[in-house]
Amino acid sequence: MRSDGRGPLFTLLVVIGGLSHGFGLAYSRMARPEIVLDFLRLEDLGLLFVMGGAALVTGLAIQLGTRVLETAPLTGTRYTGREKGFDRNVVAGGIVFGVGWGLSGVCPGAGYASLGIGNYRILWAVAGMFIGAYAQGLWRVHRYSEAGERSAPGD
Amino acid sequence: MIATSLSVATELFPRGIDHYLIGGLFLGLGIAVIYLGTGILAGNSTFLETTLSYVSDLPRFQRQKYVASRDWRVVFAVSIVAGAAVYEFAFTAGAFVTDVQWWRLLGGGILVGIGTRIGKGCTSGHGVSGIASLSRTSIVNVTLFVGVAVVTALVVSALGVTP
Repeated sequence: MRSDGRGPLFTLLVVIGGLSHGFGLAYSRMARPEIVLDFLRLEDLGLLFVMGGAALVTGLAIQLGTRVLETAPLTGTRYTGREKGFDRNVVAGGIVFGVGWGLSGVCPGAGYASLGIGNYRILWAVAGMFIGAYAQGLWRVHRYSEAGERSAPGD
Repeated sequence: MIATSLSVATELFPRGIDHYLIGGLFLGLGIAVIYLGTGILAGNSTFLETTLSYVSDLPRFQRQKYVASRDWRVVFAVSIVAGAAVYEFAFTAGAFVTDVQWWRLLGGGILVGIGTRIGKGCTSGHGVSGIASLSRTSIVNVTLFVGVAVVTALVVSALGVTP
């Protein structure tokens, strides 16, 4: 095993986790945009149980990791929760994501899983996500280079 | 009393809750298994940026943390596709193809791609792992994207766009 733990066991675990994650996305029908849109139109609130059930299981794992166990066996890293810093981007991103989710009924994980259920038309949405992510990357590069110019000496 | 609550339940959950809850447990189990083995809370939207690093020279996508995780994120995404296929083709009548119009899928996908990358996460990153961590950042983000999505879906529906 390599020192970062990214050996065959690491890959095997990612495969098992991905299979279960995708199985759940299909089982819950979240891979079908129609079901998500029914939730967002408040006609079937079942998706609350998808997110709630998933957060419950993941939450138990986080409790176990951070309180009982110390380091992860395959990587040796300490267990932590997911805490991203709060800033305006979190707000702006949430709003833009919300418009996109409400328009299409597709989010990233459900989009990949939708391919697995034979929904080839979801490729429109998956292509869109890559275009959006690339555009966002381009825009950030552009914005930071402009900021750099503004702070250049003599400006 | 029981009849009233039953009818409310039928109204709010016309398809029942079993498959939603069981699906959610499997979905969370996938994240939990990877976390317990590796300490990594696997999300789904970072796959977009890390996969772009294979084809784009933009420094934005070539950051070390993206390049370092891009291989396993591809494995994760492919396994998600496979896991969904196992369920759909072994446990149901077969393939499902959406009727939602292409421009909604494409336009929505673009906004999802932009929004999750600005906002540092998606339905799994913030919505499952973030909520499970009781992260304030994630709670704010999820509240916003669910609220905005509900308004958007209701407006689109009111404009007569179906499906």
